[in-house]
Amino acid sequence: MATIVVEVMLKPEILDPQGQAVASALPRLGFNFAQAVRQGKRFEIEVAGVPTPEQLADIERAAETLLSNPVIETYVVKVEA
Amino acid sequence: MRIGVVTFPGSLDDSSALRAIRLAGGTPVPLFHASDDLKEVEAVVLPGGFSYGDYLRCGAISRFAPIMSSIIVAAEHGFPVLGICNGFQILCESHLLPGALTRNQGLHFVCTDQALTIENTATPWTSGYTTGQRLVIPIKNGEGSFQASSTTLAELESEGRVVLRYADKNPNGSKNDIAGIANTRGNVVGVMPHPEQAIETLTGPSTDGLTFFTSILQSMVGR
Repeated sequence: MATIVVEVMLKPEILDPQGQAVASALPRLGFNFAQAVRQGKRFEIEVAGVPTPEQLADIERAAETLLSNPVIETYVVKVEA
Repeated sequence: MRIGVVTFPGSLDDSSALRAIRLAGGTPVPLFHASDDLKEVEAVVLPGGFSYGDYLRCGAISRFAPIMSSIIVAAEHGFPVLGICNGFQILCESHLLPGALTRNQGLHFVCTDQALTIENTATPWTSGYTTGQRLVIPIKNGEGSFQASSTTLAELESEGRVVLRYADKNPNGSKNDIAGIANTRGNVVGVMPHPEQAIETLTGPSTDGLTFFTSILQSMVGR
């Protein structure tokens, strides 16, 4: 079994109020390392066996049509053993 | 005239939209997400709410409901569609309207009576207003910040497709104070404010919203 990971992030030009809220909360806990925070989503998709090129192509299409909204987001697909 | 209102799992304002259509003088027709049957309606309202719990992204899952496949095809041929709040989000996810609605600047769920300006009266949903008319209509959303690329924004502005703009103050960080837009043809309109909640003085801050529903009835009669 393999896990296909799809990570979705807001495009850099899109305002991310959630990331900003996290960034402003960190110093309140004494964490002073963060210059900026962007928050995204991670999907873990289990597939049987090693994913075939066809399955990966399908996942790319799913990432583009459902898992992300290309108007505001970008995505990355990775395979984890 | 028959106007449909789609109920998705998690729709909240479907009954208010049906009621607004009735008070405007139309025949409200409930439609269901799981059927692709438009029941011979002549226009459709996608109501507000939290369809599918806003999971994934607001409107992202509703876009793939069977009723939406019928609505998308019809809308591309000029069938009038009004998306209110979550309905606007669904129209953007369906690519019937450009741009996207994202988390409000400041992260607040904003529930207030909002001053607005009507910018486009050429759509069948806004033909009863006058350009520049000020309205007060409730907004109630957590993800109402309209975002689009600068190219798309320039297109919307130059083609006069901004239908409704926030007046006095921008409640959520929407680009260009945009509260509502139309497609190129004008038959598809999406608005974040809730006109169906401003139709009677007993329950709303004004009756300014009723004209959305009388406009569509008059537009269809005059066709």
